[in-house]
Amino acid sequence: MNDEIRSSAAPGLTGAEQARRGHLRVFLGMAAGVGKTFRMLVEGHSEQEAGRDVVIGLLETHGRAETAALAEGLPMIPRRRVDYRGTEVEEMDLPGILLRAPELCLIDEIAHTNPPGLEHAKRYEDVDDVLAAGIDVLSTVNVQHLESLNDTIAELTGVRVRETIPDDVLGRADEVVMIDLTPEALLERLRAGKVYPQERIGPALNNFFRIENLSALREVALRQVAEEVGHKRLITEHVGSRGESIASEAPRAVGERLLALVEPYPGAQRLVRRAWRSSQRLGAELDLLWVRPPSGHLSPDQERALGALRQLASVMGAHMLVEESDNVAAAIAEIARERGSTYILMGTSRPVRGVARLRTPLPQRLMELLPGVDVRIVANRSSRSEAER
Amino acid sequence: MSAVVVILIALIAVAAGVGVGYWLPPHGRRPAVERPTAVRRILLPFAGPEISRRSFEAAVRLAKAENATIMPAFLARVPRNLPLDSTLPAQCSYGLPLLEAIEQRAAAQGIPVDARIARGRTYRDALRRLLEQESFDRIIVSATESRSTGLSAEDLEWLLEKVPAEVLILRPAPDDTRRISAAGLTGHF
Repeated sequence: MNDEIRSSAAPGLTGAEQARRGHLRVFLGMAAGVGKTFRMLVEGHSEQEAGRDVVIGLLETHGRAETAALAEGLPMIPRRRVDYRGTEVEEMDLPGILLRAPELCLIDEIAHTNPPGLEHAKRYEDVDDVLAAGIDVLSTVNVQHLESLNDTIAELTGVRVRETIPDDVLGRADEVVMIDLTPEALLERLRAGKVYPQERIGPALNNFFRIENLSALREVALRQVAEEVGHKRLITEHVGSRGESIASEAPRAVGERLLALVEPYPGAQRLVRRAWRSSQRLGAELDLLWVRPPSGHLSPDQERALGALRQLASVMGAHMLVEESDNVAAAIAEIARERGSTYILMGTSRPVRGVARLRTPLPQRLMELLPGVDVRIVANRSSRSEAER
Repeated sequence: MSAVVVILIALIAVAAGVGVGYWLPPHGRRPAVERPTAVRRILLPFAGPEISRRSFEAAVRLAKAENATIMPAFLARVPRNLPLDSTLPAQCSYGLPLLEAIEQRAAAQGIPVDARIARGRTYRDALRRLLEQESFDRIIVSATESRSTGLSAEDLEWLLEKVPAEVLILRPAPDDTRRISAAGLTGHF
């Protein structure tokens, strides 16, 4: 049995437009074969039994007998034939769906690219039209189709998926349902011929369907849903609806986010590397922040160091932020709140002299300004090694 | 009268002591004089999860002699099916710990380190891009390094021909089996 994790109650639009639009529920999976389409059909049947007018707008069974069997009993809008480079292909009939105007429409594989000549280039745009007509939609997508994750997943798995959708499509969905399956269980299904026909099983096992690939994809998919939940909580707070008090009082359950404080000098890279390592262990996003003094002039060495930091951030997938302010603690606190940081990492301070010693140290000021956020001072290991010698 | 003067002097002395105490940094010593800005830069490129200890030691010896900064550079190869500015978490997972290990070892010997990371379609391409952005006085590679740095014999030839810096190619030696890897890191990383 698949486990499912839901991220819901996230209005993409507000007001009258929102009220008229259909609701979108997307079943998200780590790979083909986890049971997204199956789950979509099960929910379609449930809705039909509840008395709603449900149709299948587009179904991809991929030759799976149990999926095809489950589709029985649900009316299907026939595909239309389209000429594409001299070949006749079958595509979803968007005008047909809009004419039929059901209450709920099941549209598989939202990341699909349409052949030229249809209403839209991408199926998610078709789905948008269906939603705009006030029809609810159930759809499916694999995590590697999300634009922002496409490159990362291609690097992790060595397989690049060409059909992508903007992350916003998922962000605007009213519900994202994660269809979770352990990599071992998915491989079992693959070997049993429940995912691909016999001749494709061997190549699939040797390429994409490797346990390390599936584990990485599963982690990415779970994190994506967790981030969707966090993002939607922020939207709820921002909108100021009834959910505001609930969202504000509820503790942040998932989605650690690290904020590393840097300065453009070579030693900062050590802190960034350590922060990246911690972010990997926590499965967290990493932001790097330099609070730059206003109208401060950068020396050539600083320019070089800043360039190196930007390059490092880009390769490791962190976000480099530069904020101009003469109040370092306040600027850090503002950014930490904006980004939802749960950890702040900083290097050891340089010795201070004179009246500066009377000031409250930065870590203490941050702890006062950001209750509930961990402040970690990263030690210089090389200094310790030197001292021990 | 003299007692008042003595008390006054004592108070002034105490106030001066407190003032000096605040003025001086902790532990009663002034901050160590910073090493003068290094003018020479020694590039130590690598691509794998370990680096030849001989080339590292050569870089340290030269850096000490010339008051230079060592610049270990991790060369990351971007697969052709990815954009050149892609994030590379898999390669970072072994490249960054090694950068940390190199920095710890060099810093323990008092050598300043300024690490770099460069991306390219090949290791040579990554190195070329780095050399376009920054200048170096010396580049140190080991001839036996090619498997782990990814620099082939042709790449070394290219380095000698095209790069406006002194290129030090260490010839193979019996102790080339000694490597530096992330395994030697001090403490949690």
